[in-house]
Amino acid sequence: MNWLYQFPFKLNIDTAAIDDAVRSFAVNNEAILQFMRRGLNGLLSSIHSTLDFIPWWILVIVVFVLGFLQTKKIKTGIVYAVMLFSIGAVGLWPLMLLTLSIVIASVAISLLLGFPIGVLISMNDRASSIVRPILDTMQTMPVFVYLIPAVLLFGLGRVPAVMATTIYAIVPIVRLTNLGIRQVNEEVVEAAKSFGSTRIQAMVKVQIPQAFATIMAGLNQTLMMAMAMVVTASMIGASGLGMEVLISVNRVEVGRGLVSGTAVVILAILLDRLSQGWVKDKEEEA
Amino acid sequence: MEERKAIIRVENLSKLYGRNRQEAAELLKKGADKNEVLKKTGVTTALWDVNLDINEGETFVIIGLSGSGKSTLVRCFNRLNKPTSGKIFYKDQNIGELTKKELLNFRRDNIAMVFQHFGLMSHRNVVTNVEYGLEIKNVGKQLRREKALEMIQMVGLEGFEYSPIGSLSGGMKQRVGLARALANEPEVLLMDEPFSALDPLVKRDMQFELLSIQEKMRKTIIFITHDINEAFKLGDRVAIMRDGRVVQIGTPEEMITNPADDYVKEFIEGADKAKVMTARHVMVTPQCIVKTHDGANRAIQEMRSNNVPSAYVVNDQMEFVGIITLDGAMKARDEKLKVKDALITDVKMVDIDDTVDQVMTMFADAKFPVAVLKGKKLRGIISKASVITTLSESSFEQENEKSEA
Repeated sequence: MNWLYQFPFKLNIDTAAIDDAVRSFAVNNEAILQFMRRGLNGLLSSIHSTLDFIPWWILVIVVFVLGFLQTKKIKTGIVYAVMLFSIGAVGLWPLMLLTLSIVIASVAISLLLGFPIGVLISMNDRASSIVRPILDTMQTMPVFVYLIPAVLLFGLGRVPAVMATTIYAIVPIVRLTNLGIRQVNEEVVEAAKSFGSTRIQAMVKVQIPQAFATIMAGLNQTLMMAMAMVVTASMIGASGLGMEVLISVNRVEVGRGLVSGTAVVILAILLDRLSQGWVKDKEEEA
Repeated sequence: MEERKAIIRVENLSKLYGRNRQEAAELLKKGADKNEVLKKTGVTTALWDVNLDINEGETFVIIGLSGSGKSTLVRCFNRLNKPTSGKIFYKDQNIGELTKKELLNFRRDNIAMVFQHFGLMSHRNVVTNVEYGLEIKNVGKQLRREKALEMIQMVGLEGFEYSPIGSLSGGMKQRVGLARALANEPEVLLMDEPFSALDPLVKRDMQFELLSIQEKMRKTIIFITHDINEAFKLGDRVAIMRDGRVVQIGTPEEMITNPADDYVKEFIEGADKAKVMTARHVMVTPQCIVKTHDGANRAIQEMRSNNVPSAYVVNDQMEFVGIITLDGAMKARDEKLKVKDALITDVKMVDIDDTVDQVMTMFADAKFPVAVLKGKKLRGIISKASVITTLSESSFEQENEKSEA
């Protein structure tokens, strides 16, 4: 009766071979990887030094103004400003800037790659059916799994963190760009065609602008995913708020964990609200 | 009917959706109907063997219930739909054989479309929507703005040029749709149920607007509707479609007087006949006609023998000149006068092609039956009674058919 509970055979996957393959890929493509590393590092450094150059109170004022413009309520602006101020007040400002620069870099790369992919798969059902399972995989694969090859290919630090974060965060922008374009009212697209638009004209002048709100919602989601991932990425040496949380966990310092964790939450809320408000404004116009 | 040049000619056009199109086509050729084909092959017959000619400058209305294929047909004209088989000629050009580039140019220069739900771009305002067709043709900024503003004025939207689309009412939106289509100066205007989404009053306004624009511009309009009154009001000729086939093509008048089959009859039942039928259909031959040079005695005799109180007077060329009453004739006899001296010329006259609707407005202050003329010649007379009988007769027939069915 034992056979009822046993699999008919055991498939041995040679995980070591996969490891070797990745390693040898890293070695063989050292030049390209080096180039990417340098490029990303340069991007991160410039974002970080720009953020670092701005005095803290200017950022606080900017957040206040944005919050006020968005909701037309002074109260909201003040709440946002106080939230941002409190991060600096507890001494986490420099770490927050590090986190923010990784988030900004990842979102920028996601947008740059994800938006065109989204547009392409919206035009082609075949491409869409190929890309979709890949997106599912990228989104559901445990996030730590990305960290391993990222380390192998790019070493430790913030560069692999950007890579891992981008893989995780690119999905919503691709998905929602695709969805938004496909959901544009069919008559509107027909109208564009009936006047003799080329495919590109219809896409640029009609479909993308009509899908704008959905695409922005995708960008907002991408931002949130990046924010979530960047904390995890501290495990491979990306310094920032996540690192602070990680250290607290390792040392079982509940208080420190709570403070840095709260800072992550505040940053996430601010990014979410400020980017979401923009989407709503656009939707109301439409 | 005068001979007119066909601008669009459709030959054996079919559009089938599904996999076993070949098999379905075989069945359809043998005369199977839409449902049978769908059951046997899983193929949807959107259009089957459509043949029609559309003349330059006419308003051609295609009418049918939803699912009859009318929208599919109209989308074949600008190739938003690609037909399964058959040909469409625009002038002498086969639309099905246009290259990509030719098709773009054809859509840009020759044909434009107005949509049921307007198809407007909500991220653009009124004037930039109207400009769209010119913009993609690379017409200069200033030129296209001028043209767009002119079109906006023509459809009566001045003052709303820079309003966002979302702030407009349904009727105004469709005016934008119309302006946008006309801005391209197309020769053919396709209108896919353009007024169906509008409420009845706005719809009437828009129909009027379209008629007056058409009077000015004389475009070839292909108009889709499911409203028989709209079809008869706007259409020079009407095609009725059912299950992807054209059942009958003809003028509204022909359809009412000579429906091809029961389906057409049933469809027409809802139509307001007074707007379509003309004086010709309701007039009766005057019982009593006298000539101008006849003596009064002769007129009296004529009226007495026909037992009527008045007679219609014509000259030698049968041209209508007026009416003489029995009283008037007797007075004339006593005074030894002729018919022409006792003539009453204050008589309502209509043309033989005027609609019954128009004739009916004349009854309000008419003392005598209305005279129906062709040119100046008397062709018949219409009394209130004869109009009512004719209109109710046809509806009476239909009532009977209904109760039998």
